[in-house]
Amino acid sequence: MKINYRWLKTWVDTDLDAQAVAERFTLAGLEVDECVPVAPPLDGVVVGEIIDVQPHPDADRLRVCKVAGDAQERTIVCGAPNAARGLKAPLATLGSELPGGLKIKPARLRGVASEGMLCSSPELGLGEDKSGLMELPSDAPVGQKLVDYLGLDDHVLDIDLTPNRADCLSVRGLARELAALTGTAVSGPSFKPVAAASDDSFGIELHSPADCPCYLGRVIRGVDVAAETPLWMVESLRRCGIRSLGPVVDVTNYVLLELGQPMHAFDRGKLGDTIHVRRAKAGERMILLDERDVELDPDMLLICDDNRPLAIGGVIGGLDSAVGDETRDILLESAWFNPATIVGRARRLGLATESAHRFERGVDPALQRQAMERATELILAVAGGTPGPVLEAIDTEHLPQAKAVTLRPERVNRVLGTELSAEQIGSTLKRLEMQVDIQGDAFRVLAPSARRDIEVEVDLIEEVARLTGYDNLPSRSPGGRIRLAPPPEAQVSLRTVARQLSARGFQEILTWSFVSESDLARLGLDQGAQPLANPLNRDMAVLRTSLLPGLLKTAAANFRRQHSSFRLFELGTCFLAKDGEFREPQRLSLLMTGRISDEHPSVSGRCVDFFDLKGEIEQLLRLNGVSGELRCERSNQSLLHPGQGSDLYLDDQFVGSMGQLHPSLAEEFDAPNAVFVAELTYRIRDSRLPTYQRGSRYPAVRRDIAVVVKDDAPAADLIAEIRANAGNLFEKCVIFDEYRGSGIESGHKSLAMGLILRDVSRTLRDDEVERVLDRVIDGLRQRFGAELRG
Amino acid sequence: MSSSSPEDLLTQAQELVADAGDARALDEVRVRYLGKKGALTGLLKQLGQLPPDQRREAGQAVNRCKQMLEASIAERQQILAVEQLNARLVAEQIDITLPGRTHEPGGLHPVNRALDRILDIFSQLGFSVATGPEVEDDYHNFEALNFPAHHPARAMHDTFYLPNGHLLRTHTSPVQIRTMKETHPPVRIVAPGRVFRADSDQTHTPQFHQVEGLLVDTDVTFADLRGLLSDFVNAFFEDQLEVRLRPSYFPFTEPSAEVDVRWTEADGTPGKWLEVLGCGMVHPNVLDNCGIDSERYTGYAFGLGVERFAMLRYRVDDLRLFFENDLNFLRQFR
Repeated sequence: MKINYRWLKTWVDTDLDAQAVAERFTLAGLEVDECVPVAPPLDGVVVGEIIDVQPHPDADRLRVCKVAGDAQERTIVCGAPNAARGLKAPLATLGSELPGGLKIKPARLRGVASEGMLCSSPELGLGEDKSGLMELPSDAPVGQKLVDYLGLDDHVLDIDLTPNRADCLSVRGLARELAALTGTAVSGPSFKPVAAASDDSFGIELHSPADCPCYLGRVIRGVDVAAETPLWMVESLRRCGIRSLGPVVDVTNYVLLELGQPMHAFDRGKLGDTIHVRRAKAGERMILLDERDVELDPDMLLICDDNRPLAIGGVIGGLDSAVGDETRDILLESAWFNPATIVGRARRLGLATESAHRFERGVDPALQRQAMERATELILAVAGGTPGPVLEAIDTEHLPQAKAVTLRPERVNRVLGTELSAEQIGSTLKRLEMQVDIQGDAFRVLAPSARRDIEVEVDLIEEVARLTGYDNLPSRSPGGRIRLAPPPEAQVSLRTVARQLSARGFQEILTWSFVSESDLARLGLDQGAQPLANPLNRDMAVLRTSLLPGLLKTAAANFRRQHSSFRLFELGTCFLAKDGEFREPQRLSLLMTGRISDEHPSVSGRCVDFFDLKGEIEQLLRLNGVSGELRCERSNQSLLHPGQGSDLYLDDQFVGSMGQLHPSLAEEFDAPNAVFVAELTYRIRDSRLPTYQRGSRYPAVRRDIAVVVKDDAPAADLIAEIRANAGNLFEKCVIFDEYRGSGIESGHKSLAMGLILRDVSRTLRDDEVERVLDRVIDGLRQRFGAELRG
Repeated sequence: MSSSSPEDLLTQAQELVADAGDARALDEVRVRYLGKKGALTGLLKQLGQLPPDQRREAGQAVNRCKQMLEASIAERQQILAVEQLNARLVAEQIDITLPGRTHEPGGLHPVNRALDRILDIFSQLGFSVATGPEVEDDYHNFEALNFPAHHPARAMHDTFYLPNGHLLRTHTSPVQIRTMKETHPPVRIVAPGRVFRADSDQTHTPQFHQVEGLLVDTDVTFADLRGLLSDFVNAFFEDQLEVRLRPSYFPFTEPSAEVDVRWTEADGTPGKWLEVLGCGMVHPNVLDNCGIDSERYTGYAFGLGVERFAMLRYRVDDLRLFFENDLNFLRQFR
């Protein structure tokens, strides 16, 4: 909400300047975003009057004016089309400086001397109308400083009000707040009811009293809609961000700003004789003030006459009942709408009106009559007319009732940690115009009708805290009872994983939780994808089912930035919908691409391959003592290279996939080298608590063998077979060579393996070792048709 | 064969020793004079042919020469070894200014780096980490947190919805509800995580990270909240910053406050108040919604944006950089 300081000051007597008021408001929870002067300094700009106008001898568009206002009469050359004898306009005298930095000096324009400048409003930073000179009222005192005449020594406070403080959406509300904060009283203008001068009447029927329990109307006949709104009112509106739109609308806007009561004016001549306040019917339509033809929803409240909707109550008026140039008689509306009936409706229609903004937050339910009288008074003053009586339909049962709240001073201190006395608390609340009655140890507090946010005890406690000033409340350093709650030791912390990966050269990234449907589809990851009902755009329309799309996008973006070798990881949440069930699996993604190490004269330029990534995964599992045996099976994920893709299992539980990104996808992502990716579940966090086991003190024996097997025999299976046959002497089996080529039958490979055996209780004898070796070779021969090689 | 004297043989041999350029040549000399068929060995074998009164003297002379030759050989051996080592050391010299053999190091994302620090500080204060789902229902994200249906406060949260009416959590506050429903006071948690708002411009990203804190116990006051947050801010920034609390509004806390710090720019420009945290005393309605006796227990809650803290801490001036994942950017935070 924008409010200017001078207006506020007419309501509350304060010594504080605008900046200080802004500071006080901010520290009381009414955050002032900005406190800016309403106008530049404008030193030397005065009210000028054109005494005489002559054509310029050498220029058709220029005129030579004689102007009063400066110390002496001046000749000023002027190009404005509205320069005319008798016009009063701002005069920038010699030596003055205008907002853009223009210094006014004696000049010659096409041969004629000019001693000053007559100004348009944009030239003074006071408006947008570039069509001509800014016209001042004919009674403006010539020679007076413009700043003084227009009251431009003023600031606008832009206050970002929280939704609970609807009471501050007006000058009066802010004045009350400022008075409470500074310990002074509100001293606003006094309003007198305007007596009816006719008996103009019409019916009001509240068909939906829960939505609108209070509707006041008044007819004013013979209003001059062509009357000029007085400058002070135009200026007040302008400083609060509202344009002048003619006397009737200006007055309703003025009252809205002054008192916080949104009002509406209808053209009485276009209405029937009864106002009906009712919900919209299904399919009903109307044309709004902004000329849009909209369909109304049944939860919208309408102000109608006998035939048609005239306005959406509390939100916006309709076009065909609006006050226009032809209007003579008006019907003023001042009503109270239930916030629940208003909230969200404007937004749904793509509107943000001052009226809806206030009604949905809650207008003071005791304000309607006063606002009506005030608006009448102002309209009569500005545009004349004959007022009828105030007609009102009120359903008290549905009007919000004043509710007393009990406040225990002891509770105030218990919540705030203060030691305030009951008297201090009571007098603090009274500053907010609260009615405070003592009832035993407690107070019975009645808040002013505008403070609809005061509902329970703690709301009053906050008021005490606010007025005391948060910075004046005590502060206590952390302490208190601490309950130890360490995480389970056998669960690896994700941040530990992040640090380990980072130490191994992986850079952590954070990608969007939203992806495009087509990105998922092209990676074959669209199954179970959950779309958003209201996405920002198509690229962010569905929730990610996998971390891989974001990972690959990141890689592609960095390829474009000329990075070719890097390692990435992300830890994050994925979203999967299946059969109406919804899951949020947590995943780890990994990516490696490019050179295995930085370039160096001593190393070949090898690029990472499948086993580098697999090694990293194995390392991660080992480093964290993750329980279970890692097993690889060929993956059929379409995003992976069919020959270099693997699904990973720990103890037969699927824990993720890894492999080379399919070369055709790598090309799409502009990858200069093969890309290896993995996505793992958080099963990799399941560690075990170490348990000490005594090792053998006896030496191990190693025997190397080379066997020829079919090309597709998985090494892991061979090792498993060896392990089974070596029995409990088995310690380890390493594969140190894999060979295909001359000397080996085609479709076969030779694997050279080292078998390491050890007994816990004694040194192994040669003959025992030989027997084990025979058994192992025999097993390989039977299961894989293995031949012992040379 | 005219037999040479042991002294002559010794002289000859010592000349050869001095000439021996390597271990093999030296060994040849040893074999030639001291081996089984060697010249000096031969003299010893011939001793028997001498008259008995000369044998002893002659034997001593030969043995003396043998020993001297052995000593010469050993000495030469040592010299050769040193020469060999020196030659190897010269040959093995490298350019020690070449870089080490390594690969580009990894690093943590700056948002997580800041988050880790935040959680470390709170864990020192006995807060444990709690988490919750990112897809939430209206009850946990709004209703249980005292956001009445259709309340304008909901409009402050531009919410992403799923077609089934569920939503992406707009704050980590639902974790408060889940935790309080599952446990009994005292409750002392921090809930980090990703949150979502349907808003995207220079200062808003549709996803960001929050840390929510909650403490519920007997005798918890606003004074404790003030003390905690001001200590936290100073601990995080390793600085004694001016901290102020300013009344604000959140439906789930009352009294509510925003926490501002007086920030100094990198160039030393002082004095701007920056909003860094929202907080307040847990609203009794929220405690009641979770089955906690709001007369007996009080609590405080606070929430902070991790990106905000990361931006201030590392002086990042554009929020959107965090989700671009440009390696040139990310690598500056390790």
